[in-house]
Amino acid sequence: MRPTDELTAAERRELIASMRPEDAEGVPALGELDVPAALREQIETAMARYPQLRSAAIPALWAVQRHYGWCTPQGVREAAAVMGVTPAYLEAVATFYDLIATSPIGRHRILVCHNISCWMNGADELLGAFCDAAGADRDDADQHGASSADGEFFVKGFECLGACDIAPMASIDQRYYGPLEAADAVAAIEALRDGEEPLSDKALALRPAAGGPDPSATERAPDAEGHDA
Amino acid sequence: MPETRVLFRDIDAPGLATIQGYRDRGGYGALKRALHELEPDELLSSLEDSGLRGRGGAGFSMGKKGSFLPRGEMEKYLCCNADESEPGAFKDRELMQKNPHQLIEGCAIASLAVGATYAFVFIRGEYWEIADILDRAVGEAYDAGYLGADILDTGVRVELIVHRGAGAYICGEETALLDALEGKRGNPRLKPPFPAIQGLYGGPTLINNVETLSNVPHIVNNGADWFKGFGSEQSTGTKVVSVSGCVQRPGNYEIELGIPSREIIYGLAGGPPKGRRVKAWFPGGSSAPVLTEADLDLPYTFEDLAKAGSMLGSGSIIVADDTISIPELALRTARFYHHESCGKCTPCREGTNWTTKMLDRVVRGEATPMDLEIIAGVQEKIIGHCLCVLGDSMAMPVGSMVAKFRDEFEATIEAAREAGHGALDHSPLDRPLTTGAQAA
Repeated sequence: MRPTDELTAAERRELIASMRPEDAEGVPALGELDVPAALREQIETAMARYPQLRSAAIPALWAVQRHYGWCTPQGVREAAAVMGVTPAYLEAVATFYDLIATSPIGRHRILVCHNISCWMNGADELLGAFCDAAGADRDDADQHGASSADGEFFVKGFECLGACDIAPMASIDQRYYGPLEAADAVAAIEALRDGEEPLSDKALALRPAAGGPDPSATERAPDAEGHDA
Repeated sequence: MPETRVLFRDIDAPGLATIQGYRDRGGYGALKRALHELEPDELLSSLEDSGLRGRGGAGFSMGKKGSFLPRGEMEKYLCCNADESEPGAFKDRELMQKNPHQLIEGCAIASLAVGATYAFVFIRGEYWEIADILDRAVGEAYDAGYLGADILDTGVRVELIVHRGAGAYICGEETALLDALEGKRGNPRLKPPFPAIQGLYGGPTLINNVETLSNVPHIVNNGADWFKGFGSEQSTGTKVVSVSGCVQRPGNYEIELGIPSREIIYGLAGGPPKGRRVKAWFPGGSSAPVLTEADLDLPYTFEDLAKAGSMLGSGSIIVADDTISIPELALRTARFYHHESCGKCTPCREGTNWTTKMLDRVVRGEATPMDLEIIAGVQEKIIGHCLCVLGDSMAMPVGSMVAKFRDEFEATIEAAREAGHGALDHSPLDRPLTTGAQAA
């Protein structure tokens, strides 16, 4: 979302009008909403896990996001109805967190770390390569994230993802890959378009620890192949 | 110098992440011992005797922290802080990915020690695939009776819940973590009361980092004296150090505390690429004041780094070599904290914002040397003036960069101005100055 002081008067009025109904709303009645059964079950399961049910706020928002692709106002109302809280309460939580989308975003989510270690190893170029390959706006991607026109991709320059050992790196649909080069960005976007897993040879999950008393440990190849069938 | 692997022993062995693989290496033996042979007070005093200091950043004695929780019949909680989000830190990720049961056993034992019935692992939402691994391992531990309403038929109850965050660095701050876990926006709380007295849901709560808790089974198995056999007098044990930035072999290395920092950066991580030199390094994540090439022989301990004016923090070393511009490094650092400031306290919210804007001006050639005084002054006004240390965490490294690399900041300003990028040349404000210079 843009800073509000950059909005025109008309945009500001529209924004305020869009917020009013939810702000004024109390706890929605569960019976009046047609909450998808799978969504309701996920939220209720989360509520039952905690000693206090409000702890399920973030799990509930995750469930809404999985179900609808982003936290739609309708989805948030449904979660609020299931939890017995106001939609405004959940919205306040949703807008605090970087991974919860409160506006529509592309289907595949690509987060490119642009923090210190990744920056020193070429993160800005990598982010640019992902934007070019996916067709997302470069400047927007670095600020608040940008989606491609076809709705397939969402690319965002992200604060430290906790994988400086594989710098520069990216999180693609919640999996980590690195170290990456510009060509990898192109390959990843192509794989995603084809419905395949991207960059399987660069997945963090396969990477051995860096050092060790036995130097050959770092040379050991992951035994990923040969155990399929 | 080789690594000293305790937490990282057999780290890449196939099957270590499964309960069978973990048990084959003696796993869950410490939990049995803690259940059958030791009283909670003995557990706590053993942890305190070991000298184990928190591995999340503050370095406070774990056993002492546990002993602050009141005794008696009330609902108490354990929170494992797995919200690792500070630039440079990635050790907890590998510990959880490859040896999740070590952490689960540590959580169970720590829960016994303080009498907690609910334990939570608060893991950052970005670590989704790691959280899946933890969830699977927790399921195995429940099935095997190491967690649940009646663990190993002793009548003791410990529930463990993996809670996924949703992307906010501030949730690694312990009181913000509690608010986030309670289902609120992750804003820090005023302390005191400290979480040990009034934490999650208002109950006494012990909060420890992943690596700290992963050490617990080893201390229970081998004793406090064994643990003290590693490291220095005030920094006992081993430490998983994350090394990244301009080094040839970035990664996690488990070392004995007290080895020279040079051994870690050059010996283990391979140092900067050939022909380049270390210019600046963060010894403890991006929140630590930077050190320089002259400090490379410091022993890597809590106390030696504090004496040198920096800190060991979470044990994350970021190396910048001589190709890196320090003003740009300062800008990257400040931008992170600006983005992550929760906005609750004015000095942090405004200080991180204005520091970022001013550093941006330095890099773009729109600043004057006087702005460096203002940047330094802003940092001083943030430190100690907020509910939590997020603002301080920007102020300390940025302040140290301006102080130690002032020449480079001034040269950057001057070079950008001469190149004609300086907006000040077109500003009415600098006209009297220009005239003054011409007159002289």
